[in-house]
Amino acid sequence: MSTKERIALTGNEAASLAMKQINPDVCAAYPITPATEVMQIFAQYVADGLVNTELVTVESEHSAMSATIGAAAAGARSMTATSSQGLALMWEMLYIAAGLRLPIVMPMVNRTLSSPINIHCDHSDSMGARDAGWIHIFCENAQEVYDSAIQAIRIAEHPDVLLPAMVNYDGFIISHAMEPVETLADADVQKFIGPYKPAYQLLDVDNPITVGAIDLTDYYFEHKRSQIEPTFHACKVIEEIGEEFGKQFGRKYGLFEEYKLDDAEIAIVVLGSTAGTAKVVIDELRAKGVKAGMLKIRIFRPFPHKQIADALSGVKAVAVMDRSEGMASMGGPVFAEVRSALYDYDKRPITVDYVYGLGGRDITLDHIRSVYGDLQRFAAEGKPVVDSISDLVTYLGVRE
Amino acid sequence: MPNMMEIRWHGRGGQGAKTAALLVGDAVLAQGKYMQAFPEYGPERMGAPVQSYNRISDSPITLHCAVTSPSVVVVLDPTLIGATDVTAGLPDDGVIIINTNQPASYFREKLGLKNGQKVYTVDASTIARETIGRDIPNTPMLGALVGVTKMLDFDAMLEDTRHKLEKKFRSKPGVVEGNIQAIQRAAQEVNSD
Repeated sequence: MSTKERIALTGNEAASLAMKQINPDVCAAYPITPATEVMQIFAQYVADGLVNTELVTVESEHSAMSATIGAAAAGARSMTATSSQGLALMWEMLYIAAGLRLPIVMPMVNRTLSSPINIHCDHSDSMGARDAGWIHIFCENAQEVYDSAIQAIRIAEHPDVLLPAMVNYDGFIISHAMEPVETLADADVQKFIGPYKPAYQLLDVDNPITVGAIDLTDYYFEHKRSQIEPTFHACKVIEEIGEEFGKQFGRKYGLFEEYKLDDAEIAIVVLGSTAGTAKVVIDELRAKGVKAGMLKIRIFRPFPHKQIADALSGVKAVAVMDRSEGMASMGGPVFAEVRSALYDYDKRPITVDYVYGLGGRDITLDHIRSVYGDLQRFAAEGKPVVDSISDLVTYLGVRE
Repeated sequence: MPNMMEIRWHGRGGQGAKTAALLVGDAVLAQGKYMQAFPEYGPERMGAPVQSYNRISDSPITLHCAVTSPSVVVVLDPTLIGATDVTAGLPDDGVIIINTNQPASYFREKLGLKNGQKVYTVDASTIARETIGRDIPNTPMLGALVGVTKMLDFDAMLEDTRHKLEKKFRSKPGVVEGNIQAIQRAAQEVNSD
């Protein structure tokens, strides 16, 4: 591919194409629906000699992440892809990748977790891994998958960051849906990401290092504390790289996207593909004179709490949309973060939670219209119409 | 969304309902429009009823919910009628195109279609057997779809499809020619009641 062109790609094809153009040193592959295609297509690129990658086929996702970590520690630009149960099986290795400050980039196709067995989209998988120390990028469509996978390399490998990053996108809704995607020339991608210069590498025998050392009551706390700083630094780096990407290729990215939020009186906070459906409802409401808006979270970790709270503080009523359930916490994880971020503001919106779309349940225009309808009532009354705290959480689109 | 067309494809696993939606998507993109093409996923089995979808618009499409009221329904296998509610959500001026050797009037009665709803039939399976050599009805149904709806420039769609198939079947030029003939014949032979 020599020039910029607009082609039809599914989300998975977009992720694989980005990986091909990144041309990582090492990839580990293990299949899981709906992420299987990402590595399947990439394996074809390897077989066809279109990339220089060492492809390691492993026996489980735990091994996939272990192999990726080993390669990254050795100084290789390393990637893998997974989803759902696969991410769950990687669990202990996720924390190790972050703790070792290894800039691994992983397309992560959001699918719910068993049981009951279900292959469809919700965000339970990556939300469960939200505190593992990874950067979490959420994508609305195939274009964002492609662009974010490329940017994620720069973000993860930035000397002020050095953290693993997962590029999340909705299973089937995005992974298997074909949309127009504007792709970049191989050379432009290579130029944008630049060569990988690892800060430390296990195979550099002249400068020996220890990887995975024991660290008990004496220093563990300090090391964990020092892991938090780069995680917050990442916000600034993500914004700079998103800006640079926009200047070069015409699509600018930030920590979140504000859609008609400037003068909005009511707004939803959402991540993933549902943001696109919500835009249609917002346009409808705006045409009727309703001041509706949206804040689409792109970066969930690090959570840009101040920036998000600032953006929402002028709104009268906010509905947070959670595509995962906290299982007897107070609403879903996005609600907990957003509401907590707003707590210290004197002027803050009424904030309620809608848990939706578990196990791939369709979220329709009517569902989103009903949320804005609720927000209009809450804004007019100056309070949510609820009897107790638990009523702040509504299950949208479930049969009760 | 103004001026957005939604299509639902009904087929059985293995008949190419997904490929048909992807072919339409590619053809739409080649003509500078915006599109989505996506299958409905469930347990994947040969012969099981499957559906796939298209959205087509002159402006970018941000919707990511399911297609529930398609203006056009394409049925690749007539044995699905009765087993699957193929007219679900079809608007009062909707169009349904069926692969069958029966006349359109037969299905108007069988499906209980309203006056404003249009039904077209074409024997895509026979066309496919005679042109491609196998009962793969998806490419002829693409021809019938574009012929009936005029949603795309027919000749440009034909050229684009030829180009795509040539890439895919480099070693089998006969397959390409067969598919092109199938598309043309289906567009000519599709009939209303």
